[in-house]
Amino acid sequence: MYRKKAITTLAAAATVGMLLASCANQAAPQATGGGATTGAGSNIPVLTSIETPKDAVLPAGDGKATCPSTTTIAYVGAETGANAQLGINIYNGIQLAINQHNKSNANCQVQFKKFDTEGDPNKATGPVTQVTKESNIIGVVGLPFSGESKATGNIFQQVGLVHITPAATNPTLTDNGWSTFFRGLGNDAVQGPAAAKFMVDKLGAKKVYVVQDDSDYGIGLGTTTSQALGSNMVGLDKVTTGQKDFSATISKIMNAKADAVFYSGYYAEGAPFDQQLVGKGYTGPFVGPDGLKDDQFIKQAGDASANAFFTCPCIPGELIPSFATAYTALTNAQPGTYSIEGYDATTVLLAGIDKGNQDRAKLLNWVKTYDADGLSKHYKWNDKGELQAPAVYGYKVQNGKIVPIGQIGQ
Amino acid sequence: MIPTLLTLLPADDSSWITFDVPSLMQNFWSATFDGLTFGSIYALVALGYTLVYGVLNLINFAHSEVFIMGCYGVFFTLNFLGFGPSAPNLSLGSIIVNLLLALIVAMVASALTAFLLERLAYRPLRRRNAPRLVFLITAIGASFTIQYTIFLVRGPNPEAALTMFRPRPIFDVFGTIVDSQQLLIVIAAVIMMIFVDRFISTSRTGRGIRAVAQDPDTATLMGVNKERIIVTTFVIGGILAGAAALFYVMKIPSGVQYNGGFILGIKAFAAAVLGGIGNVRGALVGGLLLGLIGNYGQILLGNSQWTDVVAFVVLVLVLLLRPEGILGTSLGRSRA
Repeated sequence: MYRKKAITTLAAAATVGMLLASCANQAAPQATGGGATTGAGSNIPVLTSIETPKDAVLPAGDGKATCPSTTTIAYVGAETGANAQLGINIYNGIQLAINQHNKSNANCQVQFKKFDTEGDPNKATGPVTQVTKESNIIGVVGLPFSGESKATGNIFQQVGLVHITPAATNPTLTDNGWSTFFRGLGNDAVQGPAAAKFMVDKLGAKKVYVVQDDSDYGIGLGTTTSQALGSNMVGLDKVTTGQKDFSATISKIMNAKADAVFYSGYYAEGAPFDQQLVGKGYTGPFVGPDGLKDDQFIKQAGDASANAFFTCPCIPGELIPSFATAYTALTNAQPGTYSIEGYDATTVLLAGIDKGNQDRAKLLNWVKTYDADGLSKHYKWNDKGELQAPAVYGYKVQNGKIVPIGQIGQ
Repeated sequence: MIPTLLTLLPADDSSWITFDVPSLMQNFWSATFDGLTFGSIYALVALGYTLVYGVLNLINFAHSEVFIMGCYGVFFTLNFLGFGPSAPNLSLGSIIVNLLLALIVAMVASALTAFLLERLAYRPLRRRNAPRLVFLITAIGASFTIQYTIFLVRGPNPEAALTMFRPRPIFDVFGTIVDSQQLLIVIAAVIMMIFVDRFISTSRTGRGIRAVAQDPDTATLMGVNKERIIVTTFVIGGILAGAAALFYVMKIPSGVQYNGGFILGIKAFAAAVLGGIGNVRGALVGGLLLGLIGNYGQILLGNSQWTDVVAFVVLVLVLLLRPEGILGTSLGRSRA
């Protein structure tokens, strides 16, 4: 018994001693690390207003539309799951457009239905099949993510049901020969080069380290970004979805003396990665795409997020006063990433319904030949379903908030 | 057939497996220190698997949830004490007090979870002499039950990140900095494991644990209270998981999530098997090895997607040569 007590005391004393040693001087400055400082980026001014098209088509229309009361538009995408917030941003935008339309058009009350995929390609086929079987649903906004869009595009194609994705950016989605798939924003073939140009020209990075995850989205965007960076890329690492420990990747980044890191993936991994990177003394900027641009990133990365920049083919809806006010009145929240894209995509469908395109075939044809301004940008698709004039915006973190810094990549 | 197979081949040379030896040389020391840090956390959790397996021959799959409850304990304590996303501006002494408090709460939370698990899920089955398969299914069921109860209460997102203290460089080895966080985790974990090892081999309760592991019936006949020993074993596993939880949240502040223990649990279980399940020292060896192999492997092969492939290939190879694990399964024998 005596011996046991002695060991206990020894262990306790040693543990406390360790804590003491490790916490000593904790207020002193950080270890040395990567090259550049965030100084280059913090000078970039915040964008406070954007121009909206003068003759933008709005959901309210002319107020004279008539349609059967069964006419339905559906949202298919994440309502729950790890990346649910993006889905919530989108369907609130859709809900707002439909509310405005129905308020103005007494004789055309369009119904709105939501179907949950959890953002998971494996779970998306069920809800999509259900949607195609409900004949009242003549148009769909979704699916938000690239993986699930890839898994379900064929199902929409088979029944000729038009769907506009407000968020999926993998470039290859439009290479499947689907005639029912339309993308309501720029793809990663646009976003990647824009991000590369932003890092090199605006942040002054010469040695960018690219890290991509194993999703369709992360691989696609990682590839287009690496290609656009060319000799400005100093290394590439690949991580997995669900990974929490990035120490080996960080060691490679520090040894490569990278002056910027580009993470191609979602915030669930990007946030702990940035946090660990900064914890190891990295002082350069951390740049990520739309999959990282969410308040959850800041919440999960903590203070480390101060070095983060985001690129996004999404328009800052919060800078469009009429939209932002109405959105906040509906949801008690600021418009989020892709809220305005969801709103605009719905507007395209509603405008078609108002013009008498009230079955699947007619509405599909309407979208195919659509050529008008939405609140955020001009909507006209090429024969593959890509927008002809997409825009990419840059964002940064300021005082714990994501703020737009203007269009990038031009 | 052949054309189909051909399309499965990588499209260009860069997709083939290549060995990046210079990168391994360059990153060797940091991979070692990081591997040891994570390995220590694996080892602490692995002890929970090993101890329970030793006395009950049960793989307690719900141990990953025992661990995650400890993480929530750490989170709520530090949150309550005012820790936030930035490193706290506190004196050294109060940081130590706060962390010790979080450690105690985490240990209590994990130990309590383990205790309840034993009482509510496993003991009723033991009373009825249920077959071993039923225990296993119950363990998996208990794991999901706890996971989704947390999900319903706390939602799908991880808790907000808390910074306990900012790691500081302590010394460097061939130019690679060892920071205070790594040093604290490894040394504290090793001390705890030495303590557990001594406890099992010298204390009265430890003798009871070994006796039950060796032969439960004879142990009972010799006056060992088997039920009490089993509960104690679960609680010890819980306490260690609570300690692991503090170190894990220290390292990965955004890891406090309803399913956050799952992957770590699988790795810790693998560590226990690698070292020899049922063997206390084996858990330490297995944990540290798994952390190191995964780190070396991913750097040698060029990217992090290889981490688990390498770790588990090594696990299988070791088990082919030594089916009982590196140190053998010997909690019952006096070697433990």
